[in-house]
Amino acid sequence: MTEPPLALLAELTHRCPLQCPYCSNPVALNGPGEELSTAEWTRVFQEAAALGCLQIHLSGGEPMARRDLVELTAAASAAGLYTNLITSGVLMDAPRLAALRDAGLEHVQLSVQDAEAASADRIANLPGGHAKKLVAAQLVRDAGLALTLNAVVHRQNLDRLPDLIELALAMEAGRLEVAHVQYYGWALANRAALLPTRAQLDAATATVTRARAELRGRLVIDYVVPDYHASRPKACMGGWGRRFLAVSPAGRILPCHAAESIEGMVFPNVHDTALHAAWFGAEAFTRFRGTAWMPAPCQGCANAEQDWGGCRCQAFALVGDAAATDPACALSPHHHLLAEALDEAASSDSSYRYRRL
Amino acid sequence: MIGTDIPRFGPGMKLRHDQARDRWTVMGPERMFLPDETALEILRLVDGTRSVDAIIDDLAARFAAPRAEIGADVLAMLADLATKGVVRA
Repeated sequence: MTEPPLALLAELTHRCPLQCPYCSNPVALNGPGEELSTAEWTRVFQEAAALGCLQIHLSGGEPMARRDLVELTAAASAAGLYTNLITSGVLMDAPRLAALRDAGLEHVQLSVQDAEAASADRIANLPGGHAKKLVAAQLVRDAGLALTLNAVVHRQNLDRLPDLIELALAMEAGRLEVAHVQYYGWALANRAALLPTRAQLDAATATVTRARAELRGRLVIDYVVPDYHASRPKACMGGWGRRFLAVSPAGRILPCHAAESIEGMVFPNVHDTALHAAWFGAEAFTRFRGTAWMPAPCQGCANAEQDWGGCRCQAFALVGDAAATDPACALSPHHHLLAEALDEAASSDSSYRYRRL
Repeated sequence: MIGTDIPRFGPGMKLRHDQARDRWTVMGPERMFLPDETALEILRLVDGTRSVDAIIDDLAARFAAPRAEIGADVLAMLADLATKGVVRA
């Protein structure tokens, strides 16, 4: 039986002052004129709550670029959703944050690109951006809101992971999310500049293990591991169409925020399809749900209901077939592609193709 | 946590009824927990004014159980919930 989703990722806009080369938005970004209206988002939030979603992640792009964010937050909260704002922090000020809190906002996830300002600003291609984030963290604390620090890590900042942990403590964040870059879309275009070495990864994993033990009860550290050094794939999104759904700025209803990178898939739109109908009936959701779609070696694998075959976007990006076993799995006939990418990255420079509209 | 401490929910932590699934869920920053029966009974008494002792008294009376036994259970559960960031003194 298909269970309803637990959370909605609402990508309110693709507008963003930052240009991070690993941005999780699709390469073909939605323009401002395509964005859903306040009333349309409000209806989507109500549909999500009625469907069974408990949490909403207000994301982007930079969600604070939406002038109606306070209204949208109030709408999400009124629908009964636990509201989380995923922000770069660079557009934040005290009055706006107070208005968001009063509208029912419960948690802020603030991103940093590095612990060191010059490097962080280069990664985001935004001079002065890191300094604004440090101010934003203080504003979140002053507003009495729960704070998570999000750090996307890769070859060019991973050696400063201990400093990122120190930064989370200095900000009095309750939670730190250390997320290795996932390589689709923009990140795939910048893969050679971003892939960490095995030695970097091992040091980072040891750092996280040690910090978790030392900071137990003080800082929760969530750690998203990188696929390219793995032998088993991640359970992407907890399985396709099992726990989450996303809605793009233009209203497309997606099983994950990167799903539009899979060519040939048709996604329903909130303009003509209710979330309930999309979740339970749309081919975009049923196509890779469960285990029946799986090819060998996933079919019959003891891990099939742990990793759900890994990531469909990664299978498409690397093999050209979204129904293939994720090449991150050592049992995939294409697993060698990952080692080849690591070899290529080892001899590549660190220049980026920045994310732009 | 000790008997005179007053537990409260940690930052961003809330106990909410999940109407679609008819069950109680602890909501937190990008996390959810399904509390077991003991945790739920305790969390429903965490209101920022009751002390640990008051919570133990309430549960011991309601479940007609030896106070020492309930007390040990409550303290162990609160320690576990504090580690997860759900409650703090």
